[in-house]
Amino acid sequence: MTALVPLVVILPLLGAAGALIAGRRRRLQVMVTIAALVAVLVVSVFLLIEVDAQGALVMAVGGWDAPFGISLVVDRLSALMLIVSAAVLLAVLIFSVGQGMADGDDETPVSIYHPTYMVLAAGVFNAFIAGDLFNLYVGFEILLVASYVLLTLGGTGARIRAGVTYIVVSLVSSLLFLAAIAVIYGALGTVNIAHISLRMAELSPDIQMILHIMLLIAFGIKAAVFPLSFWLPDSYPTAPAPVTAVFAGLLTKVGVYAIIRTETVLFAESDINTALMVVALLTMVVGILGAVAQADIKRLLSFTLVSHIGYMIFGIAMGTVAGLGATIFYIVHHIIVQTTLFLATGLIERHGGSTSINRLGGLLKSAPIIAVLFFIPALNLGGIPPFSGFIGKLALFNAGAQEPSPLIWVLIGAGVVTSLLTLYALARVWNMAFWRPQSEVETYESSLLDELTEAPGGSAPQQESKNSPRLMTGSTAAMVALSVALTVFAGPLYGISARAGENLGNPLTYTNLVFPDVEDESEVDVRGEAR
Amino acid sequence: MTASLTLIAVMTVLYATGVYLMLERSLTRVLLGFLLVANATSLLLLTMAGPNGVAPILNDGTTTDDIADPLPQAFVLTAIVITFGVSAFLMALIYRSWRLSKADEVIDDAEDLAIAQRDAEVEAELADPDHIDQEVDHLDELTAAHDLAETGEEQP
Repeated sequence: MTALVPLVVILPLLGAAGALIAGRRRRLQVMVTIAALVAVLVVSVFLLIEVDAQGALVMAVGGWDAPFGISLVVDRLSALMLIVSAAVLLAVLIFSVGQGMADGDDETPVSIYHPTYMVLAAGVFNAFIAGDLFNLYVGFEILLVASYVLLTLGGTGARIRAGVTYIVVSLVSSLLFLAAIAVIYGALGTVNIAHISLRMAELSPDIQMILHIMLLIAFGIKAAVFPLSFWLPDSYPTAPAPVTAVFAGLLTKVGVYAIIRTETVLFAESDINTALMVVALLTMVVGILGAVAQADIKRLLSFTLVSHIGYMIFGIAMGTVAGLGATIFYIVHHIIVQTTLFLATGLIERHGGSTSINRLGGLLKSAPIIAVLFFIPALNLGGIPPFSGFIGKLALFNAGAQEPSPLIWVLIGAGVVTSLLTLYALARVWNMAFWRPQSEVETYESSLLDELTEAPGGSAPQQESKNSPRLMTGSTAAMVALSVALTVFAGPLYGISARAGENLGNPLTYTNLVFPDVEDESEVDVRGEAR
Repeated sequence: MTASLTLIAVMTVLYATGVYLMLERSLTRVLLGFLLVANATSLLLLTMAGPNGVAPILNDGTTTDDIADPLPQAFVLTAIVITFGVSAFLMALIYRSWRLSKADEVIDDAEDLAIAQRDAEVEAELADPDHIDQEVDHLDELTAAHDLAETGEEQP
């Protein structure tokens, strides 16, 4: 079964190559990319079943055992992330195919969209299975370079402006990550995650702290953790709807995944949980206050995205098995729900010709299907029972209450307030865009709208309303069904998340995967020790 | 651990100038800054490799003590390739930005402009109206210029 592990990277890359070759034949290109993602989805289902049964799969690339070769590690957390991201990537791909067919883009030169999208997928999957810091860096670079292209697709002024900010910020974080890898190699003589974990005890706590903070800042920029989140609401909303949806769902979560690995395996001993808790608190509160002030639905959702990253950081900062399990469940929930909301917003934009709640109205009557597709994930994100958002938040707060401290109670309080404000912001979108009659849009006066800031470009003329093809509505509906399935099958899913959390609770669980039967570092037979 | 002082000195200078350039407004300088910082990071990787040595080929009685650590060199090569690709993309982006707005600069953030304008309007209500009106006009011009750039139409 270990032979399946590298397939999740190889298949999308082959798909990218195939899509590039089939660049002029649109239908073939679409079939190649969809087939590649379906294959990855099937492989990751197999991986999850296998991994959940026997613990983990480790593949030594090229037959070179760790620490000399590159190891690819799939434990429960990785397998869960793989399956969710494959499903999300597939749904968004079908959405964008529907959009492309409806807009007749056979003439416009966006034949690079599909290959780039597959490269992005390969980068995301590579980051999830990397058992090696440098391989993680390469995974990050693959997905980032693909995201640069996708974000600036078409090269309009607004996208170039947003792209420049995004790219420069990402470059800084990548270089910081690379510098951190260099320093870690200098200190420990290895970049294998399991091996680093075993050798970490040799370093003095001060040096551990420096390495720890360097890595956390690099990952914090990618995960959009306050105060490193400023770039996100500025750059995401300008991209095409499917691109924004997949960025919002996956890219920040790759950063969160890296933070989980940093906290649980690499630096399990070095403790900065209090600082992380404060950061989580600020991420939640500042993010959601930004969302409340927005009139543009895409920007509003980008701010809620930042804000909900705070919940995940909160779970990681607790560092308990229960907290980690709840975080993993919350990540799965958030990837799916946030993507669904952005897809639904894409449908709103097509139907209403705008994403500003100052201009939209009467959508409940004119587009009841879109209304349902927006309403369910909106309630879910706001944490209304019985949806998975509620279950995830409850599990997080429950895990927090098991280790009571004043700071944790403050965080739980902030979490509840954030959840309420999310509901407020989304309910306002619902009131204005769906419930308000179209005829009242011009003359509407309400204190709800007074202080809202229009997004940059919000003064742009309203676009014409276009019909949404069935493929777009269908893939959004499939995502909504998936998010409801998270609620219906919350029991088994939470079971897997909790077991994944248990795996992370003890760093030796991870290191034993790569170095079986090793209790401490002295038993690893390695040539170059730290110089 | 042994390290070459020259390498460290060069690395420091590269980091310092690179960060300075990345904070500039002109996009070409940002690109140059990125290249310098990337090279500084490559030097950092190389420094972390430890003492110099011969090529890592074990024959003619070379022992593992004589050879240089090959792994950081592989890292540096990978990093150089990535930097090369990204800087090519950045150059294309800068060229496109220049074609669109005839300016090789980071364009004003529309949100910042909006906030500045709102602040100016609030002040205008409080303070001497004539004086502030000019300032608001100026901001209007800036916003108009910005909107022009946003629409993405090339100017003749």
